[in-house]
Amino acid sequence: MRKRNVISLLVTFSLLLLAGCQSKQNGQSVTAVGSSALQPLIEALAEQYSAEHRGQFINVQGGGSGTGLSQIQSGAVQMGNSDLFAEEKAGIKADELVDHRVAVVGITPIINKKVGVKNLTLGQLAQIFSGEIDNWQAVGGPDQPVVLVNRAQGSGTRTTFEQWVMKSRKTKPAQEQDSTGMVRSIVANTPGAISYLAFSYVDHSVATVNLDGVAPTDANVMTNDWPIWSYEHVYTKGKPTGLTKRFLAYVLSADVQHQQVGSMGYIPVAKMTVERSVDGQITKVN
Amino acid sequence: MNAKKWDKVATAVLTGIAGLIVLLLACLLGYILVRGLPHVTWQFLTKPAQTFTKGGGIGVQLFNSFYLLILAMVISIPLSIGAGIYLAEYAPKNWVTNVVRTAIEVLSSLPSVVVGLFGFLVFVIQFKLGFSILAGALVLTVFNLPLLTRNVEDALKSIHFTQREAGLALGLSRYETVKHVVIPEALPNIITGMILGAGRVFGEAAALIYTAGQSAPSLDFTNWNPMYIASPLNPMRPAETLAVHIWKINSEGIMPDATAVSAGASAVLIIAVLLFNWLARVIGKRVYRKMTAA
Amino acid sequence: MDPIKASLLKKSRAAKSETRGKLISLVCISLIVFIVLAIFYFVASRGLATFFKDKVSIGRFLTQSTWNPSLKDSHGHPEVGALPMIMGSFGVTFLAALLATPFAIGAGIFMTEISPKRGEKLLQPVMELLVGIPSVVYGFIGLSVIVPAVRHLFGGSGFGILAGTCVLFVMILPTVTSMTVDALKSVPRHYREASLALGATRWQTTWKVVLKAATPGILTGVVFGMARAFGEALAVQMVIGNAALLPHNLITPASTLTSVLTMGMGNTVMGSLANNALWSLALLLLLMSLLFNLLVRLIGRKGAMNR
Repeated sequence: MRKRNVISLLVTFSLLLLAGCQSKQNGQSVTAVGSSALQPLIEALAEQYSAEHRGQFINVQGGGSGTGLSQIQSGAVQMGNSDLFAEEKAGIKADELVDHRVAVVGITPIINKKVGVKNLTLGQLAQIFSGEIDNWQAVGGPDQPVVLVNRAQGSGTRTTFEQWVMKSRKTKPAQEQDSTGMVRSIVANTPGAISYLAFSYVDHSVATVNLDGVAPTDANVMTNDWPIWSYEHVYTKGKPTGLTKRFLAYVLSADVQHQQVGSMGYIPVAKMTVERSVDGQITKVN
Repeated sequence: MNAKKWDKVATAVLTGIAGLIVLLLACLLGYILVRGLPHVTWQFLTKPAQTFTKGGGIGVQLFNSFYLLILAMVISIPLSIGAGIYLAEYAPKNWVTNVVRTAIEVLSSLPSVVVGLFGFLVFVIQFKLGFSILAGALVLTVFNLPLLTRNVEDALKSIHFTQREAGLALGLSRYETVKHVVIPEALPNIITGMILGAGRVFGEAAALIYTAGQSAPSLDFTNWNPMYIASPLNPMRPAETLAVHIWKINSEGIMPDATAVSAGASAVLIIAVLLFNWLARVIGKRVYRKMTAA
Repeated sequence: MDPIKASLLKKSRAAKSETRGKLISLVCISLIVFIVLAIFYFVASRGLATFFKDKVSIGRFLTQSTWNPSLKDSHGHPEVGALPMIMGSFGVTFLAALLATPFAIGAGIFMTEISPKRGEKLLQPVMELLVGIPSVVYGFIGLSVIVPAVRHLFGGSGFGILAGTCVLFVMILPTVTSMTVDALKSVPRHYREASLALGATRWQTTWKVVLKAATPGILTGVVFGMARAFGEALAVQMVIGNAALLPHNLITPASTLTSVLTMGMGNTVMGSLANNALWSLALLLLLMSLLFNLLVRLIGRKGAMNR
């Protein structure tokens, strides 16, 4: 009796397996892997796309920019999401990959609300993160030690921040957090804490600061007055084809860019008045 | 102070420690349930999750957790019973067996991150399963096998050797003795162990992040054909489980009610684990009664 | 050939099923061993690449204290010093074991010597539940209760070895306790009877006879608990603060092998030095769990000799 049950279970299971292998014939699917900062946007758009086009699915996974780039390079997935230019990551052959910039993300320093500092210069910010300034008094705040909260090494947000704020300075080793949500709650709860995160994650529990008098707003990013921002990239290996191509066209279409992307807290690429290359060269676009 | 007084003091201290541990668990459970239960509604349990807006549920994640659990158990139960039988009944006492035992113990104390990354490299990339329930189930099998095997072995070994001798004396082969005498007797313990193992699998997150994936595409609950790509039964679709969902919203959640969702999901997870423990107890007892009475 | 001879020479049905049964179980066990070997191979092949392909010396890896795998120091050596993580891992592991052991022994004695009935009815299920609580939930509680409590009591950010220790203490308590109980239970009844007959009180019997006899078993439990603590990832990562700094005290952020591993994996490109260095950490974890197991074996053998 029991044995028969086990056997029938096994048979059902292997049938399932077989069925799974053939699933591609019933609808199409492509996979996008990578940046956890870009994941929510692509995931939401993928869901809409599937709703509008029956039987076409886009699987979206997080896993980090590094995973995204190595997976697209090895050809295991159709789209690799990244916060960074492929050229910036060691071990990636960027010339095989095609870059699709789908959005822009601005990054702002956040501080604990009780610190009360409203404005910093870019130099002061760099000095804070390199450890040269270790008390808020030096920048007009209360007599309170600075508590640094860094992002994970190699993460897109940290690389961008170090590139545009730290320049060649070295970041002081300090607490590191992988996740945006965690960073925000640590800064909100720790006296004297400072960190940085993408605009869309900022809420009332933490305070942002102006840099050289420029406020962290989408409009300032579009004109490059706010220097700390990065593109969100979707990489494909070679030119995209089939469903990947159609989906990317959908993501980059004017409708989606202007309505959806903006409402989810990202900045549409089309609204940028400047363009930035890998090595940081800024060119005006009209 | 004399010995008798010491005895009393020691008894009091030890009772205190025991009480403290019970209190600790009560606090843990109370904290999670009190914080989470207010958010648990029928809607919360059945609706799909939301990324940007309030009011998302955990319906898909809950289903994924159970489906993944079933697949993982279907693969690992027969394997662990076979391996357990070998270790308890057949394994000769020599260095090879010793190495095998060490291997199993190493596997059981392996950090689940390492198991997960191994699964990512082997199942997801090499076997081209992609981020899928199947890859997740295989990793959970790797993760769960050593414990289940040990459990089966212990259960079999706890059967008195006179039972085996009786079986052998009746002219049964060793395998028949195991099948008809030893396993039925050990079954209650085996089942209890399996259900506890299931609870462990249910709450595992680290091993699944890179295998079953971190996204839960909405499912079409009207189409149960496993071939269809959005079917709940399709083993090749990516599936975020409840535990992974908690981890994800604690780290990257940007929905406005992230804390509420994670508290609610934690409460549901704890209730499921409580349920598994309770089931293990009840079923184990019932099977035992049935087996011994029959 | 006459049928009787034929039937005698042929394998009986029972013998066949015996062979088949043995074969099936042998296949199962070989599969498990194969999986272990495969894991070892994969982790080792990537973890060793740091030393052989990227030419990082093992000594520097184990003794340097700057972890910055994507950068090079002034001499052109990559900055892959795993010492802070190693110290962090050992720190939380030993402290958690130190804290958990008295509790586990206390609870174990209560369950076997003082009140076996209540122990069975109340503490046993409590222990099973504690094992069953998923580590994400422990992390979640650590983050929302322990970290703020530490911050409140000792200042600082609250993240650090102390918070990690507290979380791990609860997580390994059931493991150590249940093995302590097994060890105490396996002490023969006549030991206790002999001691009581000599006029010793229950506590004297427990302290001087039962605990002594059960020491190897309890030590095994402690080592198993440490192995679990050493390998725990998500819960620790959420509360320890993840700063690759040598820990100076218990309340500043530190990091463990597992926390750096989980955090960094997604941000590195497979095959690059930064990624290989993470696999080296995984290899270190694997070797540690092997070491813990050998330790258990050694203790067990010594215990058996003393008997």
